[in-house]
Amino acid sequence: MYLIEAKGIEKRYSNHLALDDVSIAVPRGSIYGLLGPNGAGKTTLIRIINQITGPDKGQVLFDGRPIQPNDIYRIGYLPEERGLYKKMKVGEQALFLAQLKGLSKPEALKRLKHWFEKFEIQAWWDKKIEELSKGMAQKVQFMVTVVHEPELLIFDEPFSGFDPINVQLIKDEILDLKRKGTTIIFSTHNMASVEELCDHITLINKSRNILSGQIDEVRQSYGSNVFEVAFRGEPSAIESQLNGKFELLKIDTENSLPKAQVRLSSQAEANSLLRTLIPVVEIVSFNPIVPSMHDIFIQVVQEYNQKHGVVNS
Amino acid sequence: MNKILLIMQREFMTRVRKKAFIISTLLSPIFFAAIAILPSYLVSLEVTDVRTVAIVDNTMEFTNVIPSTDYIKIAYINDTPVEQLKGKLDEAGYYALLVIDSTGIPNQPALTIYSQKQPAIDVMQHLENTLEKEIETRKLRAYNIENLDKIMADVKTKVTIKSLKISKTGEEKESNTLIAMAIAYIMSFLMYMMVLITGNQVMQGVIEEKTNRVVEVIVSSVKPFQMMAGKIFGMASVSMLQIIVWVVMTAALAGVGINIISEKTAIKPSTEQMQAMAQADPQLAQAQQLATNTTNETGNTFINSLMNQNFPLLIGGFIFYFLFGYLLYAAMFAAVGSAVESITDTQQLTLPITLPLILAIIVMISGIKSPDGPLAFWFSMIPFTSPVIMLTRLPFGVPTWQLALSATLLVATFVLIIWLAAKIYRVGILMYGKKYTWKEMIKWISYKG
Repeated sequence: MYLIEAKGIEKRYSNHLALDDVSIAVPRGSIYGLLGPNGAGKTTLIRIINQITGPDKGQVLFDGRPIQPNDIYRIGYLPEERGLYKKMKVGEQALFLAQLKGLSKPEALKRLKHWFEKFEIQAWWDKKIEELSKGMAQKVQFMVTVVHEPELLIFDEPFSGFDPINVQLIKDEILDLKRKGTTIIFSTHNMASVEELCDHITLINKSRNILSGQIDEVRQSYGSNVFEVAFRGEPSAIESQLNGKFELLKIDTENSLPKAQVRLSSQAEANSLLRTLIPVVEIVSFNPIVPSMHDIFIQVVQEYNQKHGVVNS
Repeated sequence: MNKILLIMQREFMTRVRKKAFIISTLLSPIFFAAIAILPSYLVSLEVTDVRTVAIVDNTMEFTNVIPSTDYIKIAYINDTPVEQLKGKLDEAGYYALLVIDSTGIPNQPALTIYSQKQPAIDVMQHLENTLEKEIETRKLRAYNIENLDKIMADVKTKVTIKSLKISKTGEEKESNTLIAMAIAYIMSFLMYMMVLITGNQVMQGVIEEKTNRVVEVIVSSVKPFQMMAGKIFGMASVSMLQIIVWVVMTAALAGVGINIISEKTAIKPSTEQMQAMAQADPQLAQAQQLATNTTNETGNTFINSLMNQNFPLLIGGFIFYFLFGYLLYAAMFAAVGSAVESITDTQQLTLPITLPLILAIIVMISGIKSPDGPLAFWFSMIPFTSPVIMLTRLPFGVPTWQLALSATLLVATFVLIIWLAAKIYRVGILMYGKKYTWKEMIKWISYKG
């Protein structure tokens, strides 16, 4: 069951194609990573989902039916380039933005008070935005994005400008929102946080969707069946034992515990590898080597660009 | 609609709370009223204190001829020598000393006034006028004409042309071309200034929201059109509040001020003196009376024609033309603001917008002389200039059909322009990193929502 689906979206600006037949499907209650190099078309896609601009072709489904203007009350959007009125007081501004999202004034006030307490920023209520640091302003931004408790949240680089403590605070909030059933689209260049948070990803490059799927499956599929075996025993014993049966990539003997990397032709061979090794060495650990999203990102984008003869600007 | 209201409200509250707004709104009426009152006030200043003029009449022919007024007391002195008096004007409490000497020729005295300061104009006028009249009368009497009093009263003439405007229904109203011109000038210039200033403020607001990236946040909650409309209407409500405060405060201040001053300035010979004079010289008293009446009449004409200006129509017309003229220009200024990232980039783009306004002011200056001429007529129909030019014509009277046509054209153009401006705005606020031209902005109009 998908909360939001974009089908065959195409968007053209006067001199270039921003999105070319891009489709994504975001399962309800999941965190969906939207990845891609700068200028790939992520922001355009997000703007189309937010109905800020319309697609030239294709359609967006919300809750299984074409998206409607009123659906914006059910969406919260934290843009990458975000700002607030500098001269306005924090409390008034939060109240204004919450009301724009359809909350009544008393309801908005009640919920904001709660959030201000939660973030321990009650003292900021009467301060002007210009008196706050960047990180403080970001906190306020995050708060007004989620205050109307939307079903769909779209975060574009939510961690920029935060110190590690606040990054953790925001991460916890995001996971908490997910537990409450909120669907989250998450766009970032921070691959570590993608691995940590996302269930699904889509990689957009040069206006096209070049990779989509569940994050574990994506990582597995880019894993080339390489396993790492840590063992006690003679490295040479392993070398001779594997010779001709398995492809031994390297043996790392720098640490006290040597590690051998072996490529299998399929996952199913793991047992047979272990059977081969058990007689000669004592096995301490046995792990598949899964490529990081960081590596996959770079690999996929570079391969695509080479294939299509485009130079990565 | 609700959202437009919310945005209007925010715009209104933040603008109205600014110190600059409060100061300019409250202080300007004082300034306006001061301009209206100042001339009369300055005149009134000179007559507030009672001054005594000592007169030494060496000819003995003009004794008790010059009457005292409320502020000018006359003291005839015949027991102190002139030289002695001259030395102690201040000690004796005399403002000036008038010495009347004989020149040998009858009815042609030598008049000299001594004072420590330059004597005030009202004192001089009072002395000169009274003596002039007295001598004239005496000379006439020397001809020994029969029934002179009657002839004098009969001959006394004062020519004033009373200007009446005849409306279609045949109603007659006193009018005054100078007053109409003054009102036309003030209203047209005020309109021009306010449209330009508030339009620029809207543009600056849009640029600020864009460069701050506030738009990015807000545009996910509201349609760009709502955002733009809220801003423009919010600013309009701020200006309306300002205009209403200005009108009410200026009227109140000027009204109170003029009342106070007109009570003070009424220079007439004191009643006692008049009675005394009537007994001594009925003819002179009559002439005096007549002169006073004439002055009052002139004053009344001025006030009458001011009052006869159709103020509800003028104020209503100003508010209507300001509202829609402002909205028309503000929409265009907002479109320009959306396409740039700093105020320094706006100059080339705003030129085509301000050009019609500048043209309107040029047309106004020549149109004010013939408010019903073809130039003024056509420019009061063209929506981009009509807010200024129609206000130039309004004090002189405009046929209803012309007013209706001009108003309809203005409203229709505003609807068209705000629709086009919204299309530019919608694209512009999300475009960064380039200086755009009008050509590109017009292309944005065709972009799909």
